[in-house]
Amino acid sequence: MNISYTILIPLIPLAVFLLLGIFNQKIKPSISGYIGVLGLLASTILSFYTAYQYFFIHEKVDGVYQTFVEKTVWMNFTETLHIDMGVLIDPISIMMLLVVSVVSLMVHIYSRGYMKDDEGYTRFFAFLSLFTFSMYGLVLATNLFQIYIFWELVGVSSYLLIGYYYTKPSAVAAAKKAFIVTRFADLGFLIGILIIGYYTGTFDFETLNNPEGSAILNWASTSFMGLSAITWALILIFIGGAGKSAMLPFHIWLPDAMEGPTPVSALIHAATMVVAGVYLVARLFPMYYFVEDGFVLNIVAFVGAISSLFAAIIAITQTDIKRVLAFSTMSQIGYMMLALGVSGYDGHEGVGYMASMFHLFTHAMFKALLFLAAGSVIHAVHSNYLKDMGGLRKYMPITNITFLIAALAIAGMPPFAGFFSKDEILVAAYEHNKLIYYIGVFVAGLTAFYMFRIYFGIFWGKDTQYEHKPKESPLSMTFPLMFLALLSVVGGFIPFSEFITADKASFEVHLNYPLAAIAVGVGLAGIILAWIFYKKENNLANKFANAFGPFYKWASDKFYFDEIYLFITKKILFKRVSAPIAWFDKKVIDATMEGIGNKTVLASEKIKGMQSGKVQDYAFAFISGVVVLAIIFIYLWTN
Amino acid sequence: MNFDSFLLMRQEILLLVIILLLVVAEIFMPHRKKNSIVHLAIFLFGIHTIVGFFAIDEGSLFGGMFRTDGLIHFFKNVLNIGVFIVLLQSADWIQEKIMQHNRGTEFFILLFSSLLGMYFMISAGDFLMFYLGLELSTLPIAALAAFETTKRKSSESGIKLLLSAALASGVSLFGISMLYATTGSIYFNDIIEVITATNLSILGFILFFAGLAFKISLVPFHFWTADVYEGAPISIASYLSVISKGAAAFILLILLFTIFKPLMHIWENLMYVIAIATMFIGNLFALRQQNMKRFLAFSSIAQAGFILLGFMAGNQLGVATVVYFILVYVFSNLAAFGVVQAISLQTGKESMNDYEGLYRTNPKLSMIMMLALFSLAGIPPVAGFFGKFFLFVAAASEGYYLLVFIAVVNVTISLYYYLLVVRAMFLRKSDQAIPFFKNKLYMRLGLIITVLGILILGIYSPLYDYIFELSSNL
Repeated sequence: MNISYTILIPLIPLAVFLLLGIFNQKIKPSISGYIGVLGLLASTILSFYTAYQYFFIHEKVDGVYQTFVEKTVWMNFTETLHIDMGVLIDPISIMMLLVVSVVSLMVHIYSRGYMKDDEGYTRFFAFLSLFTFSMYGLVLATNLFQIYIFWELVGVSSYLLIGYYYTKPSAVAAAKKAFIVTRFADLGFLIGILIIGYYTGTFDFETLNNPEGSAILNWASTSFMGLSAITWALILIFIGGAGKSAMLPFHIWLPDAMEGPTPVSALIHAATMVVAGVYLVARLFPMYYFVEDGFVLNIVAFVGAISSLFAAIIAITQTDIKRVLAFSTMSQIGYMMLALGVSGYDGHEGVGYMASMFHLFTHAMFKALLFLAAGSVIHAVHSNYLKDMGGLRKYMPITNITFLIAALAIAGMPPFAGFFSKDEILVAAYEHNKLIYYIGVFVAGLTAFYMFRIYFGIFWGKDTQYEHKPKESPLSMTFPLMFLALLSVVGGFIPFSEFITADKASFEVHLNYPLAAIAVGVGLAGIILAWIFYKKENNLANKFANAFGPFYKWASDKFYFDEIYLFITKKILFKRVSAPIAWFDKKVIDATMEGIGNKTVLASEKIKGMQSGKVQDYAFAFISGVVVLAIIFIYLWTN
Repeated sequence: MNFDSFLLMRQEILLLVIILLLVVAEIFMPHRKKNSIVHLAIFLFGIHTIVGFFAIDEGSLFGGMFRTDGLIHFFKNVLNIGVFIVLLQSADWIQEKIMQHNRGTEFFILLFSSLLGMYFMISAGDFLMFYLGLELSTLPIAALAAFETTKRKSSESGIKLLLSAALASGVSLFGISMLYATTGSIYFNDIIEVITATNLSILGFILFFAGLAFKISLVPFHFWTADVYEGAPISIASYLSVISKGAAAFILLILLFTIFKPLMHIWENLMYVIAIATMFIGNLFALRQQNMKRFLAFSSIAQAGFILLGFMAGNQLGVATVVYFILVYVFSNLAAFGVVQAISLQTGKESMNDYEGLYRTNPKLSMIMMLALFSLAGIPPVAGFFGKFFLFVAAASEGYYLLVFIAVVNVTISLYYYLLVVRAMFLRKSDQAIPFFKNKLYMRLGLIITVLGILILGIYSPLYDYIFELSSNL
């Protein structure tokens, strides 16, 4: 299969970015929106064409999907160790291509309505294109270093988009926070990459992931503090992934990132960038599975499970609907991590891997939908807070229905998409680790509860009196809602295990009816509880919250994670470590340098007489120069 | 005799034809259309530049007096590109200032003659041809430096260049005669066979070297540089600083690596000393300059010091890095001179203070100047960074760590004064900032080519590999 044309998929958004970026002032806003949408439409069509070619035209070999790579050497270090640039086509990269394309296209279309009349309209679309380019590059990367480069580019574009309203101090702070926290985690990623490069001599995914390759077979050849060096590298790489995917304890940037425009939250902080960590682990899955007998996968599973539980609890207490969705995202990504962590490799053993990718896919659709629907609500009532909303179902029927579909999907109600993927995850957890399974089921109930809490709060609940009567958003905004709602309904019926499995060979899955029934039952319980509490305005919820006492307060203050970080950085790092270093830098290093600088200027002043302007002096210098050199090299320096 | 072999001199013959065509055009062109001589000259030279890209065989002519190979041919193309840019950048100046005295044709004929001299100089196979080329390349420039006859400074510059050049070429010739005395031949191929390090040959070499060091403006043979650049028309100053210096550095490199290879232990130490002196003197003087032309003069002296680092490697890597650096330097320095030229032509201002607040009024020019200065200072990712970096790598690969360290110190000093200009343009505000003006087509073209060169050379790596390939047959 010839895949060289796939390079166009990332290059088109890059071209759009350059075009809009350079001619920012010259292009009319109305046109720049069209350019962005059309560019992305082209990439989307190419992505679907690639998927069609790969899954339906090109035959599997021995029942296994092939990996196609096209690359050139970019930087050469040794015979085997080099950084390449290229594209890698395999089932998960194609799935991510589709996710990124569909969500990004919908967000582009949606933004034309949502960002209308905004001053930086063209800039916004330029940044969106930059982000999409980076994300495509990340997805298609052929080796660890390429993925790292685009990983950082994604981080930069996320920074730019969170801080899009750069006149708002909170947005700027949030952008900085997101960048610094993820960058800090990326340090682990980078060290991990370097360790892998040092010990295996390659960055290449294909070589690394080959179960019969030297990287996996020889993992035990080096050890460091009780684990092999490769294991440490994988842990460090997972730290990078945890940073981008907002896993505990690197999650603190995600809620603040909601300062960005809502379409950005839908694209970056719900569907694409935040799942990059999951994608990274999936990309290196054979390594994670075989090295140290899957030791790191256990860490992945528990980090995922705990993050999932932790975020779901916090989500219940938040009053800003975007923040509820942010914590919900974190919780669902925890689900995906958990599924990867409990997965095996061969055949049906790998159901966790398949379920994780499945959930990534369905979650991208319904979470993007939730965010966009929330954006539509915020657009109408000009507030993020639940207290300013209520009874909106009368004014915004389309938003109401689509939000409800997405909420049912995330709550895991059949036949919506989330039901199928969540069920597979719970099956995988049940077969592997009961404790994680119970956490998963509990979180499923919490998810249903908090999601319907905001659903009822927004669209039912109290009859809020609005200053301006809210009205349904324009078609450019409702079309993406309806399209994504459609995908949230039918997405679950895709036979995922046919296409995406850990060992790339298809297997059959069947619903596990008892487990599915339990999950649906728990979800229903959550919904009913929410219905009792929030359908009509009443006092039950407050009473209930009071019953939990301080625990409720902790949860609503996000378990004081931000405060702990602030304490560590401000009180310990800045005061005890940075301040003395700064003093040394200023008083010793700077002073020395300044002294040298002053001396240089002084020397320059001293020698100015040499250039007299008289040509006879120059001639004298010339001749004496020759003579002196001759004397030196004939008599003195004749080694 | 097989006349096909004359095609080895294709570049020289073509340039000569252009010179003759210009003479004829000058005679027959109707008086009122005199301005079109500028278009004609640029057009003809543009064709010459493009034709130059076609490959030429290796070989030698006239019993070994003239030779050419891939690297020499490549370097002639580099010179062509440089001269073409100089022409574009000076076209407006010629039309406005020179054509009223009806002397445009002279300008082109003198400039092209000088270039012809350089062709012969770098293609020389013996000292006679070399010396003729050297003289032919220098004398027209002395006339050109004094070209603005109405300005006293210009005359001063011409006379200073002429006197210094006469002295340098005399000394050089004296050295050549000593080399002849020790080896019995002026043919390079013969000299390689017999030359050894005797007192006389070393003295001969040092005298000979002084002549070329004068053209490259290495310390202590550099004193003429600043005065001449300041007085001469800007196109001539940029020609001197880029084309003339580049050609001389190139031929010096070739000679050191071929006929003076047996004296390597001598000239390595010589280069070591001179490189350090040149970098420091150039940089320390550049620190205090206010006049942009003098400023660029001293900066170009310092740059010459860096070039010597590549010489120290003494191998293929050294040759490749030097040629690459010169190529990068051509674009960077011409960009800087181009901006100075454009501003000087419009306003007559040449002082660094006049550049204050330039970014507000002329953002594009300021950006070009910044790019050029960054490239000269060696800031990534522009081409200049790679040029310097490769030179340092070449020197370090032969173990000259101390020298590389000194060079890095000098890069730091140079960064300071390059940034002074950037600060004046971008950070300073001024009430008398140079008002906005639009450049004419030729000047714009000249600046765009240099900018493209600076950017593309920094990114497009196969070019360096190509140069490295060419350097292998040395």
